[in-house]
Amino acid sequence: MSVYFLCLVLFCIGLYCILRKRNLIKIIIGIAIIEYAVNLFFVLVGYKMGGRAPILSPGQSIVDMVDPLPQALVLTAIVIGLAVTALIAAIAMRVYEKYGTFDITKIRRLKG
Amino acid sequence: MLELQILLIFMIIGALIAVKAKDLLSSVIALGTVGLGLSLAFLILKAPDLAIAQLVVEILCVIILIRATIKKDLPFSTSGRWFFNTIVTFVFLIVFLSFAYFCIKDLPQFGKPIMKVSQFFLNQGLRQTGATNLVSSVVLDYRAYDTLGEATILFTAVVAVLAVMRRAGRKK
Amino acid sequence: MNTQEPGMTLIVKTITRLTVGLILLFGIYIVSHGHISPGGGFAGGVIIALSFIHIMLAFGKEAAFKRINQKAASFFESLGAIMFLTIAILGMVSGYFFLNFGMKGEPFELFSAGTMPLSNIAIAFKVGSGLFMIVVILVLLKIDKKEEEK
Repeated sequence: MSVYFLCLVLFCIGLYCILRKRNLIKIIIGIAIIEYAVNLFFVLVGYKMGGRAPILSPGQSIVDMVDPLPQALVLTAIVIGLAVTALIAAIAMRVYEKYGTFDITKIRRLKG
Repeated sequence: MLELQILLIFMIIGALIAVKAKDLLSSVIALGTVGLGLSLAFLILKAPDLAIAQLVVEILCVIILIRATIKKDLPFSTSGRWFFNTIVTFVFLIVFLSFAYFCIKDLPQFGKPIMKVSQFFLNQGLRQTGATNLVSSVVLDYRAYDTLGEATILFTAVVAVLAVMRRAGRKK
Repeated sequence: MNTQEPGMTLIVKTITRLTVGLILLFGIYIVSHGHISPGGGFAGGVIIALSFIHIMLAFGKEAAFKRINQKAASFFESLGAIMFLTIAILGMVSGYFFLNFGMKGEPFELFSAGTMPLSNIAIAFKVGSGLFMIVVILVLLKIDKKEEEK
């Protein structure tokens, strides 16, 4: 159970970073930390104590394997997370080019 | 599972440094260490597919973030309603933790998952799909719709990055 | 020192010339053996994209565009999407969407598991060229800004 709580602590650090910091790059870092915590939590739920990786090898019977379903879901989520991070980074770079700052309190002319 | 807890504490320390560092470049590099720890944690949790993917994706993520932050270091602002902001942050954290407490009580115990659907995949995967990597058989056969949606999201992200960045060319 | 040539120093260029082929080969291995060993289209596609990004970081962007230009990357991305959809729709002929038709073959062989190697290759095309396009777009912005400053 203590592993779940450590994972929650990681999530809370990311949430704190998103809500409290005023810098756009810090907000991207918070989103990335939350994504890592959620991926780790999925894999933790599917772990079987003393299990083996879900890959067969010759002459081996199917006993004691970890859950392959959360691993398959997380495999797509990792690549999607990279694409989303790249999109937010692109928007942050455009904002810096237009306003000359990453500080979200100084970006007031959002109407264009 | 002592090594997993040590690795998680390492990741938490890295995340704290990434949040608290005054320098943007050093916080990006601290984020890289968190991703490396996550890759090792996947390896301990018996998920080698995810370990490879996470390690490679982390390299690309750090390249993109360094490209976004290089030569753009700025001092942190002290303006804004800090007191109000702090109170709102801690209210959100308390609400989240109280919900999470009730959820974690109902989860299965760590190390003993409920495998109703997955046991079917493990037993029948080799006979029905012919692939020995069962994660791959789930990704590409049983749940291929997820992969199709992932491809759509990736295409949308590429088009969106192109649309965001293209204005610079149009202004000239 | 050598401000005329784009890219990094001589040491980085030499090491890049030695290693980049091995990285590309490892990516192709990961993709083609995705159904019998750890790996698959996602990880292999990102490794293939990283080999081209490696060239771009070390030699400047012209050297990377000489090997694969933007039109080719765009073509490969569309090719991956169309391949994946075609495999899905061909399954509909003999049953339902995403039916794994074809030879199941012997386990632990390279040509086994029906359509899954083809799907792996399609996903690798899609992920690799998509991420390469993202990095190329993010790098091209710097050039636009420099021209504006002049």
